[in-house]
Amino acid sequence: MAFEGLTERLQNAIGKLRKKGKLTEADVKEVMREIRLALLEADVNFKVVKEFIKTVRERSIGAEVLESLTPAQQIVKIVDEELTKVMGEEATPLNKSPKIPTIIMMVGLQGAGKTTTAAKLANKLKTEENARPMLIAGDIYRPAAIDQLKILGQEIDVPVFALGTDVSPVEIVKQGLAQAKENHNDYVIIDTAGRLQIDETLMNELSDIKDLAQPNEILLTVDAMTGQSAVEVAEGFNGKLDVTGVVLTKLDGDTRGGAALSIRSVTGKPIKFMGQGEKITDLDVFHPDRMASRILGMGDMLSLIEKAQRDYDEEQALAMQEKMRENSFDFNDFLVQMEQVQNMGPMEDIIKMIPGMANNPALKNMNFDPKDLERVKAIIFSMTRQERENPDILNPSRRRRIAAGSGRPIQEVNRMIKQFNQMKDMMKKVSNGNFDGMDQMFGSGMTGKMAKMSMSRMVRKNKKIKQKRLNKLRKKRGRK
Amino acid sequence: MGFFDKIKRAFTGEEPKEQVQTQEEERYDKGLEKSREGFGAKLNALFANFRSVDEDFFEELEETLIEADVGFDVAMKISEALREEVKLQNAKKQDDVSKVIVQKLVEIYEAEGQDENNALNYAAEGPTVMLFVGVNGVGKTTTIGKLAHRYQTEGKKVLMVAADTFRAGAIQQLVEWGKRVDVPVVAKPEKSDPASVVFDAVQKAKQEDYDIVLVDTAGRLQNKVNLMKELEKISRVITREIPDGPHEVLLALDATTGQNALIQAKQFQEVTQVTGIVLTKLDGTARGGIVLAIRNDLHIPVKLVGLGEKMDDLRDFNPEEFVYGLFKGLVTGEASTDADSEEVEVSQEAPVETDTADEVPETETEEAEVTAENKTAE
Repeated sequence: MAFEGLTERLQNAIGKLRKKGKLTEADVKEVMREIRLALLEADVNFKVVKEFIKTVRERSIGAEVLESLTPAQQIVKIVDEELTKVMGEEATPLNKSPKIPTIIMMVGLQGAGKTTTAAKLANKLKTEENARPMLIAGDIYRPAAIDQLKILGQEIDVPVFALGTDVSPVEIVKQGLAQAKENHNDYVIIDTAGRLQIDETLMNELSDIKDLAQPNEILLTVDAMTGQSAVEVAEGFNGKLDVTGVVLTKLDGDTRGGAALSIRSVTGKPIKFMGQGEKITDLDVFHPDRMASRILGMGDMLSLIEKAQRDYDEEQALAMQEKMRENSFDFNDFLVQMEQVQNMGPMEDIIKMIPGMANNPALKNMNFDPKDLERVKAIIFSMTRQERENPDILNPSRRRRIAAGSGRPIQEVNRMIKQFNQMKDMMKKVSNGNFDGMDQMFGSGMTGKMAKMSMSRMVRKNKKIKQKRLNKLRKKRGRK
Repeated sequence: MGFFDKIKRAFTGEEPKEQVQTQEEERYDKGLEKSREGFGAKLNALFANFRSVDEDFFEELEETLIEADVGFDVAMKISEALREEVKLQNAKKQDDVSKVIVQKLVEIYEAEGQDENNALNYAAEGPTVMLFVGVNGVGKTTTIGKLAHRYQTEGKKVLMVAADTFRAGAIQQLVEWGKRVDVPVVAKPEKSDPASVVFDAVQKAKQEDYDIVLVDTAGRLQNKVNLMKELEKISRVITREIPDGPHEVLLALDATTGQNALIQAKQFQEVTQVTGIVLTKLDGTARGGIVLAIRNDLHIPVKLVGLGEKMDDLRDFNPEEFVYGLFKGLVTGEASTDADSEEVEVSQEAPVETDTADEVPETETEEAEVTAENKTAE
């Protein structure tokens, strides 16, 4: 990806916030700047961004940071919630007429994908609702636009009404509707020529068609790649025609699709469908929540947070912390910890859910062998109880035996023990609140920061728990 | 360097040597009226709103640039440079700052544009092959139709190749264009291998001594690997038959496209060595700021511009006039506060604009007829 996602931006900006339990106005300002730029990068119109930021800012200042979330995650959560609010929470179904036929009119700029979408929609209605739609070819301007619709109609076996290019679109629609009535078609989809929203003559023509056909649904078709001008386009068409819904096309590209947010926020009209490919079946109902994540480039961070909370056994985690503090962390504990991670699912999936990792080209070709963890477990299983509880007694002779027992080369056993010891050291340091040397442990960049954030959170929590425990102990002793 | 002179004049207050507007300029002027309103006027409003230069000002400036679809990186680059520049020159007043901004914009545009070939390439001998590529619905077929018309009127022997065998009706669309502009079209049935169509066309062009071969390809999103491979194959077939071809690989870009245009250009360039860009649909409200971003990031020159729907609304891209057109509001607006001599120019211009506004209802009915005939959408 050419652009950083919002989450990465936030993580960079958030460094200063991590020690704070509460967000102040100054902190928030810096973070808001990053959100603003991330949204602008995604082609969200700048006026829309401004409004949006205002709301998020108001909500963020003074917001109590939840125990389980870092400030960065907290703000992402607020942004996501607000975004979902603007985009609408649920998919909006097609307006239907109480009496057949339901009339749908496609409008939009040139090359947005009206004709293709009209055919896709007809196909969708036909296959999903067993409907008998009819298409009206109202684009008399673009060469061969009528042929295009006819070919598509043939492909999906839906009748196309056309009168050639010499008849005015209004007349075509008039006769087309008459025929639809005769044939008892339950849906009529009118394809119109692409036009600029500032072209008054052609916009008036649309207006005339609208007056004549009284469509139940006027779908503004917009290219998802549209930049800042999406707002003017949407305002232009909506102002003149009062559209009832939006279709976002070409979403199978790699655009962020910020236009969706712009359009939604200036018109308030629901986005009903999205075009996701070149095949005739590639038209889907629009899910606002998924679009929110796409615009943010967030990966599925919220699911990850939820998953971690759900799958990581609280009690075991607490016991683990206890062990760490006492520095009695041994292979048994290591085993339990590994199993907990394994319970969360395949490593690839977990990593993909970390923001910035899903599209990370470096990870694309990297394979996580699920057997790696199994092998480590096998090595531990080949140890005696004494060895597991007291790793210090692992001399070369014992290691040779373990290697033979687990069927792994001795080098791998040595490496595993070395890593275990490093981990133990690190945990000792962390539980003492010492972070030196942590940076290298987690590599550089994103991962490093992510890890550090969660680590510092863990430490804070640890200290609190320790304090509580000590207080309890003191009370107990006091009573005695 | 007409453009830079104009800018300079605007600031130094020198009397312009002559005030001749060519027809070409007028066309740009008209086509970009909407774009300019979006950009120059916004910058002017920005200057008017800020008395002092602080962080808020730069934030607004960034937004203004981004709103023109200039692209995030370019906007940041400009605003960073300006922060420095303003500090260095200790510019506090609105006039000074706007001067610095214009200087910097010109500088950036100039620097990035060096060593670039803005003219269309032609073959030294034999047919010149131009390959048109781009995502869906940007106007490749329409551009080819317009271009064929242009070469036809220039007396060249033109051949159009319908290598978009995928989209329904695409071949008919080009055949229809062929009838309109009276140019032969090489076509095969739908869903046949586009590379084979191109092969046939190149053979025909060589045997029958065509001057210009315009190859239309199917729109493809840049992240579709297979389709991009297909494009590579088409390009390879051309090179095999005509070693120095394709002489031009033109990427059609919709001017309304946002930041994705950069990714498009990057990806297409990797596959086909794009030699130039056709910026289509510039007659809408699109700001055209993407040109700055493309210059800055990719160093692909814009060679042709679609300024309207009529057959002759495809123009050679003239960067000076384009940028002048884009910044005109800014330059003249500045001049009114800057130099007395420029005030004359502004006052001369103002009534002209109102005149055209009055004429709109009349001309529109005429235009409507013309557009009904020539309307070329895709």
